Formats: sequence, structure tokens, C-alpha cells
Amino acid sequence: MQEFLNYLNSNVTPGQAGAYVWVVIYILIIFAAVSLAVIAMNWLERKILAHMQVRLGPMRVGPHGLLQPIADAVKLLIKEDIIPEGSDKLVFWMAPLVVVMTAFTTYIVIPFGPTHAVTDMNIGILFMLGVASLGTLGIIMAGWASNSHYPLLGSLRSSAQMVSYEVAMGMAVVSAVLMTSLTGAGVYGIGSATGDGIGTLSMIEIVRAQMNQQVWFAFKFFPLGLAAFGIFAIAMVAETNRAPFDLPEAESELTAGFHTEYSGFRWSLFFLAEYAAMIAVSSIAVTLWLGGWLRPFPHWLSGDAWDTAFSFFPALTFFVLAGMTLRTTLRMPKHPYFKIQKTGLAVFGLALGAIGLVLLVPQVRDRVEDIYWFTVKVAAFMYLYIWYRGTFPRYRFDQLMKLGWKFMIPAGIGVLIATALVGVL
Amino acid sequence: MTPVATPYFFYGLSAIAVLSAIGVITRRNPVHSAISLIFTLLALAGLYLMLYAPFVAGVQIILYVGGIVVLFLFVIMLINIERMEREYQFNKQWLVGLLAAAVLGALFVAVYVKGQGIFPHNAVRFPEQLNTQQVGKMLYVDYLLPFEIASLLLLVAIVGAVVMAKKRI
Repeated sequence: MQEFLNYLNSNVTPGQAGAYVWVVIYILIIFAAVSLAVIAMNWLERKILAHMQVRLGPMRVGPHGLLQPIADAVKLLIKEDIIPEGSDKLVFWMAPLVVVMTAFTTYIVIPFGPTHAVTDMNIGILFMLGVASLGTLGIIMAGWASNSHYPLLGSLRSSAQMVSYEVAMGMAVVSAVLMTSLTGAGVYGIGSATGDGIGTLSMIEIVRAQMNQQVWFAFKFFPLGLAAFGIFAIAMVAETNRAPFDLPEAESELTAGFHTEYSGFRWSLFFLAEYAAMIAVSSIAVTLWLGGWLRPFPHWLSGDAWDTAFSFFPALTFFVLAGMTLRTTLRMPKHPYFKIQKTGLAVFGLALGAIGLVLLVPQVRDRVEDIYWFTVKVAAFMYLYIWYRGTFPRYRFDQLMKLGWKFMIPAGIGVLIATALVGVL
Repeated sequence: MTPVATPYFFYGLSAIAVLSAIGVITRRNPVHSAISLIFTLLALAGLYLMLYAPFVAGVQIILYVGGIVVLFLFVIMLINIERMEREYQFNKQWLVGLLAAAVLGALFVAVYVKGQGIFPHNAVRFPEQLNTQQVGKMLYVDYLLPFEIASLLLLVAIVGAVVMAKKRI
């Protein structure tokens, strides 16, 4: 028991400290948090898309549709589980399993804070890229096992797209990993010449390198960091089969692509895996280019006063959310039919306010700070994903492949060579 | 961090690797063979990890499982499997195969008897954190010429594949 509590005093991740019970606890917390995030993303996507299209979105199920994801989950669970007749039952059963497992395994190395990761492998980023590429296999198995034309075509297209954009992602990632060892204190001179010239693949060390070099890698070597970040940001949207690269799942083209024949809970596993993969690749982008858990301007606005000021942000966010919720409560129609919804929304608003109050306590503020900044950056990426879906028209498949092979990969290689040149000058 | 339960992990991973490899050659359905190959390669990646070579394990997963087996599956899905599954599988080279397997077995025995220096408990063990740096240094400093020749070979293969597959250049 004492050994169990000893871990709280150490400053390494539980995997490095060998504290297995804490590893299991962290894994359970991550599992719960990701499931909650997927549920929230479901509601947010429908509401934000609706507001972008000047309509309201789900409003009936709970107050302002807040209970809609729960209704969706219940519906999916009670649907009939149909297995197509000529399908290969073992592979049909295994495909959603593979996709979900690979999507969730990437969370082992995501650093929510300097010690808030399940473990810190010294090949962290390589592990994440590898496990993300395993997801492609699940999609191929799903399409093939369905024994039907549209899923087979959809899965072939989807996996071809994923494999193509993985190369571009790899080039961008390598250029960011290069920046951990190059200090560029010569020509571009952003940041000091600290660092011993040895790069690292470990996710936590990459963020520490950004901290030591006092610059987020998106802004290092001025256009090159942004170019690498842009290449990764576009390739990650294509990697997760989201709009505008979602031809394999487009309903008007391929009747839902590789997951056509999956119903009920199996389909919800694909859905869960897609959103979990979105959050995972966004976390890679945030860790490699946007400084991970670092708050904005840790060196320009440094000192105790600024630290305390920035540490009020989590509580402030929750107060703003609570304020918006309570204002919406006051603006709900004054009709007896709406009483239950009004009270529900008011309770939700007060719960948000209570969480904000808890976040004002100094001990909680110190611990939550890192996780909060990481989550805010990943949430910004999620909003960008939904924005892309509402704004851009879909790429045709040959345009998609042409973009991947003829533009992204040469651009990625060019950025890599330029980064290496600028770094050693 | 000290390793835990090494015999269990080793025997478990080896069993998965051997059984899946047997599955690759005995399954009638090619997609099942490819999936068994996936399990074999993942078990091998685990064995690399046990030999304190995390970089090789990561690259094995990315390239072999995430690249090569995906391409295998692409090709398998584009051919006509139903007819192949019903065909009678015959083998006229079983004698030569048996001879080759016997020679391979003799080679394994010779390695075990004469080459104890390569086994993990005798070999020089580099610290695990430096695996990536050491592979990089050896590739780009000590063995640069073979590396460039290998990349030229890959370029020739790519150009050959494109020339064979395009309708007009």
C-alpha cells in the first residue's frame, strides 16, 4: 500500500516507474475520458454542423439535444445484429476489433503532461505511427469480409488513401523530430543554442525540447515548421477518412463504404474507433508542433504573476460555459411543457459552475494546468475537423490520390531537406 | 526498468509466432494466411523488444505489418479466390522440400552448438535508449555505401514496377 502511494511523489510516468497498478488506473481513466470525448464529439458535430448550415440540430431529446448521444448509443445497442450470408464470419467479427484496438492502443504514449502519460517509450512517435498504420488492416478485413461490392470497393479505396497519406505524415513527423536536435542558432536564430544535439523519438522529450528551445516547432525555422505542420494537418484528415477526404464513406457514392454491412454495436465500434483515431492524430500534431502541454508564451510572459494568471484559465473556461448554459436556460420558452428541460439545463449549468469552482483551488490548479492546455489544443483541432466537414466539398478519388502522391509527398520531402539544411547552417 | 516474467513472454510470443507461421502455410483461404502472417510479424516485433531493440520493433510494425501485409491483402482481394479454394492442392517437390528443411535444421543445430556468442545472455547488450541512435549512426556513418546501394536497388524496383504497370509512358 505504501509502495502504491509512493508513486505519487515521483516525477516520472507510471510505466517508467514500474508502478503497475497506477498504469492500470491511468489506462482506465484514459478509456473513460476518450469515450466521454467521443460522446461529446457526436453531439458537438451535429450541433456545429447544424449551426453552420443555419439550422438548429437536435433539440428534442434533452435540453438542446444534450442527451442525443445517449439516445443514439441505446438505439445502436438494441439494433439487430445482421451478419451477411456469404461472409467470412471470423474475419467479419475480427475487423471492428482490430480497428478499435489499434485506435485505443495509441493512447499509451500520448503525453497529457510531463508525468501524465501511461508510459514514455523512447520510440514514442514511431509506435504511434505504426499502430495507426495497423488500423488500415482492420478496414481491409471489414470490406472483404462483407462479401458485397460496395464495401469491398470502399475498403480498397479507403485503405489506398490511408496508405498514401501515411507516407506524407511520416515525412512531416521526421522533419519535426529533426527539429528536436537542430537548434538553428545560426541563420534563423530562434531560441537559444541549448540541447546536446541528440534528437529523440519520445513524445515527452519532444515537448521538453520545445520547452528548452523556447519555441513551438510550428514556429521554428519560420516557414518550414508551419509547412510541416500544414502537411501533417492535411494528411491527418485524409488518414482518418474525414471530410473532405471521405469518399470511401460517402453515402451518395458508395452507400457507406466499408461499414455498410455492419449494424448495431459493430457499427458503433467503427464510429468509436474513427473518433478515437481523430483525437489520437490530433494529439500527435499538438505534441509535435504546438508544444503539447505548454501554456502559451512560457518564456516571454514568464514569472510567478503570469503563471498564476494563466492557471486561472481552466476555471474561467468552465465559468464561461456555465454562464452560457444558464443564459440559454433563461431564454427557453416559458411554457409548462419545457419545465423538465429547463430544470435539466439549469442543473447542467450549475454542475459546470461547480466544476469551475473546484478548479479554483490552488492544489487542483497546479495539477490540472498541463492537462487543460493539451485538451484545449486538441479541442481546437476537433473543431477544425468539424469545420472542414461543413465547408469543403468532397475530393474525387483520383484527385485525392493525385494530391497525396504528387503534391504532399514531394512537399514533405522538400520540407525535410530544407529543415535539415537550415538546421546545420 | 527490469524485465518481468521473461520466460512467459518469450514462450508466449514464440508460440504465437510458430503457430501463426504454420497457419500461413496450411490455411486454404489466402486472406486467412495473410492474417496469420500479421500475427507472426507482430510476435516477431515483440521478440525484438525483448532483445532490447525498440527501434527495430517499431519499424517492423510500420513497414512489415502496416505496409507489406496491406499490399499482400490488396493483391489477394483482387484475384478470384472461390475457384482457387476448390482446386486440388498438389505438390510435386516434396522430396526437395524435405531435403531443404533437413539442411536448415542442421544449420540451426550448428549455430546453437558453435555460436553461443550471439545468444542474448552472452552478447554485448547496448542500452535500450540508444538503439535508434546506434542504428542511425551505423547506417549513415559506417555502412553508408551499402545503404546508398540498397536505396538505388529500391529505386530500380519502383521504376520497373511503374514501367510494367503503366499503359503508356
